[in-house]
Amino acid sequence: MDTTLCQIAMDSARDLWCAEIRSHIIAARQPGECAMSSVRVLVGTRKGAFILTSDGARRDWKIEGPLFTGWEIYHVAASPADPDRLWASQSRGWFGQQVQRSDDGGTSWQPVDNEFAYAGDPGDHLWYDGTPRPWAFTRIWHFEPSLTDPDTVWAGAEDAALFRSTDAGASWTEFPGLRDVRGSEWMPGAGGLGLHTIVLDPTDDQRMFAAISAAGVLRSDDGAATWKAANKGLRSGFLPDQDTEIGHCVHRIAMHPSRPSTLFMQKHWDVMRTDDAGDSWYEISGDLPTDFGFVVGVHTHEPETIYVVPITSDEDHVPPEGKLRVYRSRTGGGEWEPLTSGLPQEHCYVNVLRDAMAIDSLDECGIYFGTTGGQVYVSPDAGDTWQAVVRDLPSVLSVEVQTLP
Amino acid sequence: MNPVATENDATRTVPIRIELPGHLRTLADIAGPIVLAVPEPVTLGAVLDVIEARYPMLRGTMRDHRRGPRRPYIRFFGGEQDLSFHDYDAALPPAVAAGAAPLLIVGSISGG
Repeated sequence: MDTTLCQIAMDSARDLWCAEIRSHIIAARQPGECAMSSVRVLVGTRKGAFILTSDGARRDWKIEGPLFTGWEIYHVAASPADPDRLWASQSRGWFGQQVQRSDDGGTSWQPVDNEFAYAGDPGDHLWYDGTPRPWAFTRIWHFEPSLTDPDTVWAGAEDAALFRSTDAGASWTEFPGLRDVRGSEWMPGAGGLGLHTIVLDPTDDQRMFAAISAAGVLRSDDGAATWKAANKGLRSGFLPDQDTEIGHCVHRIAMHPSRPSTLFMQKHWDVMRTDDAGDSWYEISGDLPTDFGFVVGVHTHEPETIYVVPITSDEDHVPPEGKLRVYRSRTGGGEWEPLTSGLPQEHCYVNVLRDAMAIDSLDECGIYFGTTGGQVYVSPDAGDTWQAVVRDLPSVLSVEVQTLP
Repeated sequence: MNPVATENDATRTVPIRIELPGHLRTLADIAGPIVLAVPEPVTLGAVLDVIEARYPMLRGTMRDHRRGPRRPYIRFFGGEQDLSFHDYDAALPPAVAAGAAPLLIVGSISGG
């Protein structure tokens, strides 16, 4: 067997193995259930949270909210191990950070521990002007619930740090090894020095990825104790050293659970891909009209089908030509098609932020995204057609979706 | 209001009137002004300690955790004084410390 065939065979075996693991995870989410017939979309906005629900057709929607009115809800996340267990990051400049937990699918909520204390003295990172600035907690950007334990959830913080609770939010512990990766050289992106993406490897509970603006991607192979930069191949024009492993403004990374070594990235500029768990990246922007943007997502059933929303530039933060277009690649990048049916194709100048795209796991998978103009769009047919679920919410910060029995 | 003696009278408390910003009332599920028994000597820090003990969800919302500094957009008023820059251990104005006037905890006027 030549090397290529051998690799294909290995990939196939791994895919089957991973698919089996994934099926166990899904089975754990809905014990005894096979058919999935409804969705619950969790929307975080600048002025509260909203819950959108529909049956599997995803045509008629019930809209509940706002929850936590007036607070910034950076993220609402659901436990894959218990669909009734939800987490909301609630913050406000006046009053700081709150964490809200629901144990009944969002019907009721209770505040849990909100003390996110850095381990030891975190020292300084760099400020925008290149001067040292003491590390200071501002907010939680993102929750990543454990794949298997409803009481365990990871939290990504600004200033960038990784916390975890294993007691359903009663306490939080930082994993300071992350900051050992040249943390003193990290500098905030325009939105702050936020750890905004956490990706858990479903086949290896010791491996995880974190992405920070503007430090880059970091990977741990020992359960978050130690980390290394995983940014080789990235190029960022605003950096003096193009080979540096620290300082890249990564906006979002996404993984298909059956291919845990393949990650897709929307960087500040450039859409990138790695097939070796971040050891090396290569560009897949291909024929996109612009490769600036924030979101990237992977089709639930097709690991080589990915989605981005191109945004004109880092200076403009609006869609090109006033047309809101999702681009889909069925080839793992490089070749892209615009998806426009049902989306505004004139006079549209909204943005889609990094945590504001989600994909359900129904047979015909649904794609969701929210805009800074307060619209939440759904495509019930993998991107072919779109409709606005709601048009006038506050600016949308995050969108997640649960596929329910 | 008169001080209230506890069981062994070792610690006397005073019922202190407190008004919280609307968002913190919502967070703590409080309908309006509250009255909490604060041990003497009644200081700003002692009042905040009692609020945070009674309503744990308010920890970190008015000042940083573990008696840390006041949050930048929070102000403390009472007895027609701005108490925002007082030490936590400084005595409150007599009217507030006696429970005759409320301690006002205010979110500053800013934002969008």
